[in-house]
Amino acid sequence: MVAFTLNGEAQTLDADPEMPLLWAIRDVIGLTGTKFGCGMAQCGACTVHIDGSPTRSCQTAIGDVEGMSVTTIEGLSGKVSETVQTVWAELDVPQCGYCQSGQIMSATALLAETPKPTDDDIDSAMSGNLCRCATYQRIRAAIHEAANRLEA
Amino acid sequence: MLQFLMKKEAVKPTRRQFLLGATAATGLAVGYRLIAGNPAIAQAAPAAAQANPFQTYVEITPENRIIIHSSQFEMGQGSYFGIATLVMEELDGDWAQVDVVGGSGNTALFGNLAWGGAFQGTGGSTSMTSSWERYRKAGAAARAMLVAAAAKEWSVPDSEVTAASGVISHGSDKRATFGELAQAAAGMPVPEDVPLKSRDKWTQIGSDTLKRYDSAGKANGTQSYTIDVKMDGLLTAVMIHPPKFGAEVTSFDAAKAKAFDGVVDVVQTPRGIAVVGQNMWAALKGRDLVTVEWNEAKAEQRGTAEIMAEYNKLAEGPAKATARNDGDVAAALAGAAKVVEGRYEFPYLAHASIEPLNAVARIDADGTVEVWGGHQMPDIYQAAAAQVAGTTPDKVRLHVLKTGGSFGRRAVADADLVVEAVAVAKALGPGKPVKVQWTRENDMRGGRYRPAYVHAIKAGLDKDGKLVALQDHIVGQSIMGGTPMAAMIENGVDPTSVEGASNLPYAVPNLKVDLTTTDVNIPVLWWRSVGSTHTAYVMETFIDELALEAKRDPVEFRLSMLDAHPRHAAVLRLAAEKAGWDTPLPEGRFRGVALHESFSTYVAEVVEITFKSASDFTVDRVVCAVDCGIAINPDQIRAQMEGGIGFGLGAILQEELTLTGGVVDQENYDTYTPLRIDQMPKVEVHIVASDEPPTGVGEPGVPPIGPAVANALRAATGKTIRSLPITKGLSA
Repeated sequence: MVAFTLNGEAQTLDADPEMPLLWAIRDVIGLTGTKFGCGMAQCGACTVHIDGSPTRSCQTAIGDVEGMSVTTIEGLSGKVSETVQTVWAELDVPQCGYCQSGQIMSATALLAETPKPTDDDIDSAMSGNLCRCATYQRIRAAIHEAANRLEA
Repeated sequence: MLQFLMKKEAVKPTRRQFLLGATAATGLAVGYRLIAGNPAIAQAAPAAAQANPFQTYVEITPENRIIIHSSQFEMGQGSYFGIATLVMEELDGDWAQVDVVGGSGNTALFGNLAWGGAFQGTGGSTSMTSSWERYRKAGAAARAMLVAAAAKEWSVPDSEVTAASGVISHGSDKRATFGELAQAAAGMPVPEDVPLKSRDKWTQIGSDTLKRYDSAGKANGTQSYTIDVKMDGLLTAVMIHPPKFGAEVTSFDAAKAKAFDGVVDVVQTPRGIAVVGQNMWAALKGRDLVTVEWNEAKAEQRGTAEIMAEYNKLAEGPAKATARNDGDVAAALAGAAKVVEGRYEFPYLAHASIEPLNAVARIDADGTVEVWGGHQMPDIYQAAAAQVAGTTPDKVRLHVLKTGGSFGRRAVADADLVVEAVAVAKALGPGKPVKVQWTRENDMRGGRYRPAYVHAIKAGLDKDGKLVALQDHIVGQSIMGGTPMAAMIENGVDPTSVEGASNLPYAVPNLKVDLTTTDVNIPVLWWRSVGSTHTAYVMETFIDELALEAKRDPVEFRLSMLDAHPRHAAVLRLAAEKAGWDTPLPEGRFRGVALHESFSTYVAEVVEITFKSASDFTVDRVVCAVDCGIAINPDQIRAQMEGGIGFGLGAILQEELTLTGGVVDQENYDTYTPLRIDQMPKVEVHIVASDEPPTGVGEPGVPPIGPAVANALRAATGKTIRSLPITKGLSA
């Protein structure tokens, strides 16, 4: 039995503690915004926030999040994430869109930590998130634009 | 890919036979359904041009939703948005009401018109070409019928009724939404020849402020893909594929796996062993417990080192086939003042879309087969599903879902994922839906790569530095060979092996393109921009090198040979101008240029790099000029050029799929390495204004980036990189 907070609500799972958080979120709890891409923390599609830090849920066992607070794309709230998501759509960042939940999770965590990121800050915070459509130029632009709006 | 079908199917009975062979014989011409909720109409599908728009392409619900049924598949390239733009231009609907879904099961309605309508499929950057008339006409006819229905109800002339933002009105007192009128409109006579708006009236096509209707759902996680399909009792299966291509199952032991909590079954499919679990984790745990004995008698045992050595030997020998032969190359080379030679090597490449391949299948007690997935070639998949299920195609219903990338990978003649999913569903029995979900390792080692190639090229310059002869011998596997598309191979030439070389635009009086097709048991496939992935690299780095030999400016040298190709010349001039080609660069920075047409779209790219050493250089800036005819969605054209450049840059810099002793060496993104954000250059895109019919943009941004970077690296190092990827060729 594993107990943690998911998107602000208490969650108790009767499941193998070794089960990766990714599959618990997707298959057991049924929230599918978090994506599977590689299974070894190489692509970032499965990024969630654990106690606020962007974390690869495919490499995190549910046994290890006991008592912690997990946020998925479905649970994002607040000014930073709203601004990021609005700008993401306005700039038409996504192409296929599959990696974008993970991109948004990394981007919101970056802006929460670094309100005015440089290109280098963005490269460093976002280089763990692959986008095979290579929407990187717009990801960069969207993060800068979101930072500008949040500052205003 | 497949653009050849358009050109040939109409005149060649054998090709027509092939195309229909895949469809008519199995009854696909009569669709399973026409539009959701209207199955009865499916039996009487009229020719597409006269089709009732409400029964074919434009569904309007009583709730006033506009649901467009797309013939073209959405893998991120924006085909749904493009098609919706065409419909909305004529329909005058409200974008807030729009959704697009994948149509299938009716070749007459959804056949790709760029391929003569012969079957439904997406590829070769043909979606806008196929849809340009079809979907504007559908929108215009739907609008006319809505207007006619309103005029009839209100007893006023059609000409006094107007439509705007999803509302039909007459004067100030009569008003009805599309949804309120839809049922009556569907019963109105279909206009025979509905006029389309003239260009000066367009408000949607060409709009630079129009945004994709589907971005918000992709930014908040609500966009659903095949991996997200939910239904009662859905099981998850993971695959064990042969360790070497061509190996077959001798026996397997699933006792331990079946005893594992959460594992439902372990079944054999025509393509490997499937471990079925209550969820992904159980299936994966179960998979570790299965042991399989393989028969490798027919398996490919070679590694890529042996294969490339063999290709190099073949490249030195006589070619098996010739794709183009102008003038007398041998004589011209013998008489040339200077002869330059080069040998190029290209690795296998994986598509490596982030959504690993998958499909969901369910067979119902009444024999109905349903398959959810990224069905890029629905007609072929419908037939394949029927065959595996042991039924007829009319019993198969496909659900075409948006997919997390494809780059060509989901258009497979052998319908790999569909076969696996239906085979597992069949083994499980009626009413048990199952999702076959590949892992990244399945995906990376699952074959269907961009083939490896060797090019042996030589060219002759006369004493004035004029290019008088060019000969290229291409060695590699055929993509179409061994598939239903093999009928496209003429005189031993698979057009996908030579495209981009055999149609070289430069005026070279003596030009020969030879091909030797090899026999290797590694499955290959079209990979974003197909033949042009290697031919553009060879031609554009070699032409550039020849310019250097001739002491000519690379842009001027190319332009001097493009008198007959004004669209090529125009994009080259535009890119050079916008990049400031003639202006000096700071120390340590270098430029390179490349020009290539693929799928009738013309693209030139100028890159700037900062070079410190072979292991320390960056691609900083790319200036891209594109002519794709009429620009339907300018911002999406930019997006596809940006993405195509990033996709192509990753491949040319650092992607390589190798095998050792028949086993694929790479399993995941740690060793197969697409471009990441810190490597992405600043891209600026300039679109040529045009009145020509629209052509595609999904692929044509890819081919020029590699040679443009290589040409910049030559400017920095004096060396032409002929062995890819660049990071390997540069250190060699």
